[in-house]
Amino acid sequence: MCVCPGPRRIAIPVRSSRLPLLSDAMPAPAHLFPLIRNCEISRIGSTVCYCHHKHLCCLSSHFAHSHFRYAPQKKFAALYRPKEHFNHFIHTRDYASTPQRFYLTPSQVNSILKANEYSFKVPEFDGKNVSSVLGFDSNQLPANAPIEDRRSAATCLQTRGMLLGVFDGHAGCACAQAVSERLFYYIAVSLLPHETLLEIENAVESGRALLPILQWHKHPNDYFSKEASKLYFNSLRTYWQELIDLNSGETTDVREALINAFKRLDNDISLEAQVGDPNSFLNYLVLRVAFSGATACVAHVDGIDLHIANTGDSRAMLGVQEEDGSWSAVNLSYDHNAQNEREVERVKMEHPKSEEKSLVKQDRLLGLLMPFRAFGDVKFKWSIELQKRVVESGPDQLNDNEYTKFIPPNYFTPPYLTAEPEVIHHKLRPQDKFLVLATDGLWETMHRQDVARIVGEYLTGVHHQQPIAVGGYKVTLGQMHGLLTERRARISSVFEDQNAATHLIRHAVGNNEFGTVDHERLSKMLSLPEELARMYRDDITIIVVQFNSHVIGAYQNEEL
Amino acid sequence: MFLRLLSDIQWRAAHPKWRRMTSSQRSTSTTAEPHPVSLPAQAQVVICGGGIMGTSVAYHLSKMGLKDIVLLEQGRLAAGTTRFCAGIVSTARPMSVELKMAHYSNKLYQQLEQETGVQTGYMKTGSISLAQTQDRLISLKRIASSLNVMGIPCEIISPKEVLQFHPLINVHDLVGAMYVPEDALVSSANVSLALATAASRNGVQIHERTCVSHVTIQKGRVTGVETDRGRIQCEYFVNCAGQWAYELGHSGEEPVHIPLHACEHFYLLTHPLKEPLSSSLPTIVDPDGRIYIRNWQGGILSGGFEKNPKPLFTEGRNQLEIQNLQEDWDHFGPLLGALLRRMPGLEALQIMQLVNCPESFTPDMRCIMGESPTARGYFVLAGMNSAGISYGGGAGKYLAEWIVNGYPSENVWPLDLKRFGALQSSRTFLRHRVMEVMPLMCDLKVPRWDFQTGRQLRTSPLYDRLDAQGARWMEKHGFERVKYFVPPGSDLLDLDHSKTFYKPDWFDIVGSEVKCCKEAVCVIDMSSFTKFEISSTGDQALESLQYLFSNDLDVPVGHVVHTGMLNEKGGYENDCSIARLSKRSFFMISPTDQQVHCWTWLKNRLPDDSNLVMEDVTWKYTALNLIGPRAVDVLSELSYAPMTAEHFPSLFCKEMSVGYANGIRVMSITHTGEPGFVLYIPIEYALHVYNEVMNMGQKYGIRNAGYYALRSLRIEKFFAFWGQDLDAFTTPMECGREFQVKLDKGVEFLGQEALWEQKQNGVYKRFTMFILEDHDTDMDLWPWWGEPIFRNGRYVGKTTSSAYSYTLERHVCLGFVHHFDEKTGEELVVTTDFINQGEYEIDIAGQRFQAKAKLYPFSSLFTQRRRKDEVELSGYQRE
Repeated sequence: MCVCPGPRRIAIPVRSSRLPLLSDAMPAPAHLFPLIRNCEISRIGSTVCYCHHKHLCCLSSHFAHSHFRYAPQKKFAALYRPKEHFNHFIHTRDYASTPQRFYLTPSQVNSILKANEYSFKVPEFDGKNVSSVLGFDSNQLPANAPIEDRRSAATCLQTRGMLLGVFDGHAGCACAQAVSERLFYYIAVSLLPHETLLEIENAVESGRALLPILQWHKHPNDYFSKEASKLYFNSLRTYWQELIDLNSGETTDVREALINAFKRLDNDISLEAQVGDPNSFLNYLVLRVAFSGATACVAHVDGIDLHIANTGDSRAMLGVQEEDGSWSAVNLSYDHNAQNEREVERVKMEHPKSEEKSLVKQDRLLGLLMPFRAFGDVKFKWSIELQKRVVESGPDQLNDNEYTKFIPPNYFTPPYLTAEPEVIHHKLRPQDKFLVLATDGLWETMHRQDVARIVGEYLTGVHHQQPIAVGGYKVTLGQMHGLLTERRARISSVFEDQNAATHLIRHAVGNNEFGTVDHERLSKMLSLPEELARMYRDDITIIVVQFNSHVIGAYQNEEL
Repeated sequence: MFLRLLSDIQWRAAHPKWRRMTSSQRSTSTTAEPHPVSLPAQAQVVICGGGIMGTSVAYHLSKMGLKDIVLLEQGRLAAGTTRFCAGIVSTARPMSVELKMAHYSNKLYQQLEQETGVQTGYMKTGSISLAQTQDRLISLKRIASSLNVMGIPCEIISPKEVLQFHPLINVHDLVGAMYVPEDALVSSANVSLALATAASRNGVQIHERTCVSHVTIQKGRVTGVETDRGRIQCEYFVNCAGQWAYELGHSGEEPVHIPLHACEHFYLLTHPLKEPLSSSLPTIVDPDGRIYIRNWQGGILSGGFEKNPKPLFTEGRNQLEIQNLQEDWDHFGPLLGALLRRMPGLEALQIMQLVNCPESFTPDMRCIMGESPTARGYFVLAGMNSAGISYGGGAGKYLAEWIVNGYPSENVWPLDLKRFGALQSSRTFLRHRVMEVMPLMCDLKVPRWDFQTGRQLRTSPLYDRLDAQGARWMEKHGFERVKYFVPPGSDLLDLDHSKTFYKPDWFDIVGSEVKCCKEAVCVIDMSSFTKFEISSTGDQALESLQYLFSNDLDVPVGHVVHTGMLNEKGGYENDCSIARLSKRSFFMISPTDQQVHCWTWLKNRLPDDSNLVMEDVTWKYTALNLIGPRAVDVLSELSYAPMTAEHFPSLFCKEMSVGYANGIRVMSITHTGEPGFVLYIPIEYALHVYNEVMNMGQKYGIRNAGYYALRSLRIEKFFAFWGQDLDAFTTPMECGREFQVKLDKGVEFLGQEALWEQKQNGVYKRFTMFILEDHDTDMDLWPWWGEPIFRNGRYVGKTTSSAYSYTLERHVCLGFVHHFDEKTGEELVVTTDFINQGEYEIDIAGQRFQAKAKLYPFSSLFTQRRRKDEVELSGYQRE
């Protein structure tokens, strides 16, 4: 029943800051009451009971996280076994014998799927879009509550190009949130020519209005932290001041700019946490940012130059339409995890041979962390002394937190983790129709080839379904009927969505064994209570960028 | 194609002479080779099209003794739609004339093999129509009732009994079925070839690979046919070109409008089952699943009528022979689903082929036959709506009779080409309409169904005004007419849910409109009626009309005369009202769908005299019917003229002013038997007069009303309407309208002789009114039309129309009573005593209701307002 392969998820307490999304759309939820307290999580799927009094259950703390594995489980769980819950569970036992089948209607499913969808079309001038990007669709579907994924998209205003990124947080959403707010500024600043940097610095110095650097394309649910903006700005300013001082006079290389921006931001996150802030809220915030982590997969599109900077296990994939109209997928990033041999090699190279065995255990860094590169996660970067000092001098909340106090085992030669991205440069061709950036929530459930086909067919509105011809083959009525049903389902699911990312999520969550959306399955998956949702799926965040083949074709001709 | 291969061999074996003629062409494919037999320079009849229709017409014409017949086929015989036909001969048709055609076809095909020696594959398998819903079962029961009285065996069976006839059927979702044991299967191409063989033996010349380019017409008559192999002079031309009939009709200088359009039609062929299906297994029709299934060479053949048909050849594309069109499995998917649901055991059955074959459909689901209104001698038989093989024999017979005798032996008005005009000839209209028609083949046929596509073509100038007041519309001959007005605030069911065989949701709405007609005054827009003006410089108009109409038209100026336009046999070709506007001009009002037929009838019979002018003025006038006792008051207030009976007697016509508008033709008729007037208003005044009438009428309680109210009123008054009750086989004597015939008017008129004879010898059928006695309006099925009438338990005829009478609070059915000899079945004279002395029952979907027969309407319905002078003036009791 549980799709998680083995007991790899671990319970990390995270404060719930907003109402779970699912419950908004569920009119009469027969809520599942989880027994996560003190048993192996992998067993949970089969030991659930139904409860109709959701408001009584929602006190339960939030569990489950994808990237971590936390050893002293029992001790930890004992702390989080509120008595009332247990009583309540007993009280509602009689419901368990008659579990009600509860499905969402198609429109309820749609309202859940579409709650976070966002589309942006690059504006046309004189009826022409001169950008190589037509626009993008993005969406996210939470599994954690609150969701730990973030997404960002912005157009660079002082240089050309567009930035898009997905960020997968772990151990809370603080780091992902901070990276999603700040990273693009660091990248944009890295790309700015010397004169513009000077101009900006002068403007700040003399209190004049700043040149706008980025134009954000945000969904109303994507928020920026107001409280930290001053702090973040100061760090950014320090960065560009250093850039001005460093003035190399050379034109900025995008690859270098991306790498510098990633590293600099991670460095700033680390420094801010070490320095702290007089404001207690901010002080706690910067610590939470530093102690949580986030992966990042960022695309920079400028004309036909596409750069992907990736840190962690989110992925960028290019959708290519072959001459025969079919779709294929080209990877534009490498996952930084245990499945990537080069990455394992790199980690081993950076540490003494004595640690070779303890470095990667159970496919995790130090047996704990799934991604091998990430922002934040100072527990894998700072020395033990530094960690202890910061935690001890930090606010009480930090001290009470079991996780932050916990030092990874076999922790000898930090840092074990880096935020340095791997950058891939790709020259866009007319056959490159779209780019998919997505967190591992998508890639866990779908093969990239299917992603390419589903998005390709969605965007072109054409289903490259060859008309069926029986010809000389032996086909039975039943086989034909099955085939036709499947083809019909594929087409009908396309018409429901106005957003490619939504469409992809629909498939990722609702696909049956035929690769077509099964409403019943979709409905079941979406009506899972937040405590259980994480068992069946991860947060999914997707950005689909659609390219303008005409413009790309014209660029190509120019270059030739 | 194996079907074709099979038939070729048989055809040539059966007819060696034919082989000699054509073997050289067949050996090579399409290269033009010299034709061994040259075309004749002239013939009496040229038939274009060698499918089932063309060969059937040739067969019947030659049987009737015509010798000089040429049949031209652009490709090869039976190579078009006929080749792909599923070959099901089914008599289960809702309409009487279609049922008769199918019945005749079945009998014809049965003996064809014996007659010609050509194997037709005829197999009497029977057919079972399944009902998944109670409504479907009702419609099957209605068909069963009419089949039984025709002497065609037929029974309603339970789902369990279905299993006994066909082992593979899943019956769990069925509520019943209809079994017709005599329905048959044939190889349609072979039937066509057999008919050709017989025709050829009877002297019909058949030429394949001869393409008709156009038909030459001079002075409104067919003179010849131009082909790619030369010209043939002829007297009659028969267009049996199937889906190309429309294009052929438009190929000449003078277009002949044949409104039909092709759609793709799919059926599936499978390999034989492990245990091959018996060839005697009955055909299954599952209309709720939209499919039919027949046994085919040990496997099955299954096709259907999908909800989303694919029209094709809209832009016209003539093809010699239909090459196999692309199979579209995705399109066929839902039908395949229905098939597997009906016969789940077939899952493992292997597919042989999905056949895609274009079928032609017509705007009203009925086939097209008859003579062109614009070209005499130009006949058409096409647009079979996928029932070509069922109708082929009967339709060919009727058309042959039409050519030879001038009229077929049955009333074929529902199929007559002249029910259409140029207005149904738009390709866009046809494309849209056939997309609605094709799914309807399987949809439930409920009373008062209106087509939804191709609407709002002809409208009254008041359309928007009426629509804003809640009008619900129906369409007749392209014209929008109001059914009833939905009062603000009341909700009717949506289209799909309003389909019922029981009491409809508008019952109370129409009831209140009727009540208003009876007690106050209502306005009905009747602009759709066909209006002609006939005038002459001398007395030609009067003389001609006196000959063409049975009543005496030599009345004082300002009088209105109800009269029949009769044929030689005294039958009604039209039933109309004629007003004498002046000594030399007449204004004629006919039913809406008479526009083409009546025009043609008169045009063909009026003398060719430039001083005699006939004009169609339908479009010039808006007609408002003011019905009710207070119509007098409204009109007199608006015109400052006395409108009482003394000044404006019944059946009178006067031009006067209404409101500010002058020149309004006011007639004291209402088409319902109620007091009131019809105003014929030049269209630019229509809105003004309507507004004035509505404003003035307010204090008299005026309201809008629609045709459903009119219908209820006229039927309770025993008024026959042409097209529903009256047809070319009904004489005034048979429907109690002797008073509209002036046998002694001193002028000879058409049909006079036949009527004399009837007057002396009596009539063989009699129009009778039935009041249902034990019928519960709320609970029981409503009568519609076509219900069998039983007298003392014996079948005597069918109803032609019915309505609920709000005054009698009973259902009223109108219909004809025959007198069949109990032993011989011979038709005997129907006397008043015969009618009056019977105990009657009306069969509604198998359930019989007691009915009281009346030859005259209830006098109580003509209460105090009925004036004695009016009765005397009109000379009859019914208006």
